[in-house]
Amino acid sequence: MNLAVSIARHELRRLFVSPLAWTLLAVSQLLTGILFALSLTDLSLNPQRIGAYDGVSAIVGGGLFRFATVVLLLVVPLLTMRVFAEERKTGNIELLLSSPASLTAVVLGKFAGLMGYLTLLFALVALMPLSLAFATPLDIGLLASGLIGLWLVMAAFCALGLFLSSLTREPTLAAVATLGALMLLWLFYAVSAMEWQPVVFGTALPLGDAARALALIGHHDALLRGVFSSADVLYFLIFTLCFLALTVVRLDMDRH
Amino acid sequence: MESDLKLSAQGLIRDYAGRRAVNDIDIRLAAGEVLGLLGPNGAGKTTTLRMLAGTLAPSAGRILLAGHDMARAPQQAKRHLGYLPERPPVYDELTVDEYLAFCARLHGIERAKRADAITRAKADCGLEAVGRRLIGHLSKGYQQRVGIAQAIVHRPDVLILDEPTAGLDPNQLRGIRELVSRLAEAHSVIVSSHILSEIQAVAHRVMILHRGRVVLDEALADAEARDDRVIDIGLRAGPDKSTLAALPGVETVEPLGDGRWRITAAPGRDIRGSLAETAVHNGWHLVELTTHAPDLETRFAELTRSAEHTTAVAS
Repeated sequence: MNLAVSIARHELRRLFVSPLAWTLLAVSQLLTGILFALSLTDLSLNPQRIGAYDGVSAIVGGGLFRFATVVLLLVVPLLTMRVFAEERKTGNIELLLSSPASLTAVVLGKFAGLMGYLTLLFALVALMPLSLAFATPLDIGLLASGLIGLWLVMAAFCALGLFLSSLTREPTLAAVATLGALMLLWLFYAVSAMEWQPVVFGTALPLGDAARALALIGHHDALLRGVFSSADVLYFLIFTLCFLALTVVRLDMDRH
Repeated sequence: MESDLKLSAQGLIRDYAGRRAVNDIDIRLAAGEVLGLLGPNGAGKTTTLRMLAGTLAPSAGRILLAGHDMARAPQQAKRHLGYLPERPPVYDELTVDEYLAFCARLHGIERAKRADAITRAKADCGLEAVGRRLIGHLSKGYQQRVGIAQAIVHRPDVLILDEPTAGLDPNQLRGIRELVSRLAEAHSVIVSSHILSEIQAVAHRVMILHRGRVVLDEALADAEARDDRVIDIGLRAGPDKSTLAALPGVETVEPLGDGRWRITAAPGRDIRGSLAETAVHNGWHLVELTTHAPDLETRFAELTRSAEHTTAVAS
């Protein structure tokens, strides 16, 4: 466990001495900041949009968190590609593999390091809607549910990215694969909205329902609407743990 | 005897997609010993060392490191291991101090002893002056030293260095060579190279690999031993073969051409003195008298070539 913490600290340190991490933070802050300002402007121009059910928290907060997910879609592959693919390419992975750290400690350490960085990005995004508390009463429960959702989405993206990064020794390939996989998860959500039930051999296949159950974004959406269901949270936890476990298995296969 | 062994590997085999890279290798490394692993490129040196370091699982065979089985208790075994891969596993964006601090933590050195361990490793590798420099800004020789410092920071029993002198200039080369000799005082070392003189300079024992097999495993002193019985002699106005063969103590005579002969003495006799005396006495114009030394280089060439020949014949 100590070793996992050491690896996480090392990962964080390496991130913060690299220009990539700062640039990613700056760009995502710029993008989310612009969206935040735009949605506030929109709201002040059209105050009639605030209704009985949708308040400032839902309109500004929900919109911002949805947009932050899109930004994450682009940020996470660039972070995870460095982890195993690049280390394999430079040969630095040998340092970890010949050390007394177990593969589980290595994967957990790397994951925790990346999550530490992403949590900073998360905090910067979270501060924007929370800063409105000075001006207007906020629905803290709704915001909290959305923020928990955003953090869980980060963890899931990150675990998937780590796994895909462990499959290759080409960082760019890892990044493209991760981007593709995350977009595919998005498409699942589109399918789930279609109520699609194709009939094969006389049986109606509930593809729409299946896609709804699997779509990562759908589970996030419920949390964004303030519906905090343990099923959604469990979905993210299982998704994350599965891909972390697969990463461990994949790294072990490397030795054989 | 068994307990003195810091590392022992038996019957190591490694297959890559049907091709056998390492075939039935046994390695025994005693405390304080320096083993030189020598072989042409592609002989299986790196594969062997990676298996010993636990980053590659052998297809068959068993590795014991300081008494711990690498397959069953890898974490315990790796605690006693320092490993420098072919390319030093350094992070360009960190300073030497930051990097070594991470390596110290990774090897479970307690917080209180960490600073001390890092200072010692830096002193051993001559890195005191560059502690705050970025590794990416250091020369190749210094990066190599950082790689070695990483391997010794936790004072392991066994040190595995894979081609530590590859790609260095002659001065850096000498520096690393001296460093390895110094480290050998406290650690058991396995060092690999495809350059013979590197191994001769540091190792106590040499193991030559060829096509995944061990073709020679001897103490360096034995491997280099000059054979006093075989003498090469040059006589400008020499006699014929039978005259030489009739001299006391001579067993066989073999002409090398151009007035040079290779003479083998009878066992237990050193005939160099009497031979010279006879030659001068008879006016044979002695121009050369040396003991024939089948040096390691010749043997290396012979071993790696003959094996090539036999496999060519076999296939």
